[in-house]
Amino acid sequence: MKVTMTVNGRAVAAEVADRTLLVHFVREVAGLTAANVGCDTSSCGSCTVLLDGQSVKSCTVLAAQADGREVVTVEGLASGPDELHPVQQAFRDEHGLQCGFCTPGMVMAAVSLLTENPRPTEEQVRSGLEGNLCRCTGYHNIVRAVLAAAGAMEGMEQR
Amino acid sequence: MIPAPFTYRRAWSVDEALELAGQGGDDAKFLAGGHSLLPLMKLRFAVPEVLIDIGRLGELSFIRDENGSIAVGALTSHHDLATSGLLARELPLLAHAAGCVGDPQVRHRGTIGGSLAHGDPAGDLPAVILALDATLVARGPTGRREVGAAEFFRGLFETALAPGELLTEIRIPKPRDTAWSFQKFTKRAIDWAIVGVAVQGGSVALVNMGPAPLRAAAVEQALAGGAAPADAAAHAAEGTSPVDDINADRGYRQHLARVLVARALAESRTRT
Repeated sequence: MKVTMTVNGRAVAAEVADRTLLVHFVREVAGLTAANVGCDTSSCGSCTVLLDGQSVKSCTVLAAQADGREVVTVEGLASGPDELHPVQQAFRDEHGLQCGFCTPGMVMAAVSLLTENPRPTEEQVRSGLEGNLCRCTGYHNIVRAVLAAAGAMEGMEQR
Repeated sequence: MIPAPFTYRRAWSVDEALELAGQGGDDAKFLAGGHSLLPLMKLRFAVPEVLIDIGRLGELSFIRDENGSIAVGALTSHHDLATSGLLARELPLLAHAAGCVGDPQVRHRGTIGGSLAHGDPAGDLPAVILALDATLVARGPTGRREVGAAEFFRGLFETALAPGELLTEIRIPKPRDTAWSFQKFTKRAIDWAIVGVAVQGGSVALVNMGPAPLRAAAVEQALAGGAAPADAAAHAAEGTSPVDDINADRGYRQHLARVLVARALAESRTRT
């Protein structure tokens, strides 16, 4: 079937098999390989992208279900090549990653979380990231990064 | 891991969905959020030949106050249930339990109708719907019918829905007794409940204590007879037939049911 969606602001269209998963569309058709296939069973969250602004596990969404919709991956977050999104900057500043495999999904889950709850408590950050596993178990710095990003984004809004 | 090949059809109305289901016959399945069905298809536990995507039927996504009851569209996501101000006021049990399903990503995609139609005894919402004495509305080739929650869940992944019939709406009477609690025992954050308990007033329903969600009838009778909550909870395992599996054996689950029902009843009484 013909599937067309907006990926990071760019229209991407392709004829794909009906059973094509969104993660494969994003990686192989749109050529954006940040979203990882980790567990492939909607447990680990490495494949998390935004679908119409909400975090989803793209290994458990058909490309056909995203037809006509807007997808954002971690590659589409920054406003320019020299500027990171506040969540990306906070992950860098707080060392919110070790091997980096979970990071694209973790960042997108954090962006979705902060959209829904701009000033989360530490406990809300931890429960808000329940759907993302870090096998390096670097959770403390990830939580710290999300809290720092919340503060930075609030500061930007006030300016 | 991708599903076996199938034909994807997209419905733009309930009527069209029913028509497509009729054309697809026994090998067609409705696809809502897909968070139960797609994992099963990837593992080849389900191999439908036709998927009818009902995910764009906006007419089935709503939460409405209709005098004495709350009407919830089958396609309403767990996220929308969990963040609904109306539900927080009128049916906090449902709002809270929906917020305990899976994780945020799952709650963005998963729907109440999908969860109920899937009929997994480990699912959270079937027991909640049972405790709330809801009525389920289905539409099929022969018209519309209503099924009480007590008659809806028939067994392991088995419901009262006939082939080609679509769950469209859940109608929940506003509870007279506002005491409520939801207990979910898991080993890790996003696991299914090893055992769960939903309490609304004197109604008590159990997650994962048999092939289908069930009411803890002996507990309810004891409560109705004036027993103290802690004494009533001692009856929680009566009439249950939980499985032995990798997470827990039968005796452990029965013990958990007694403990969690006691906790649920105690917590619920702080909310009247």
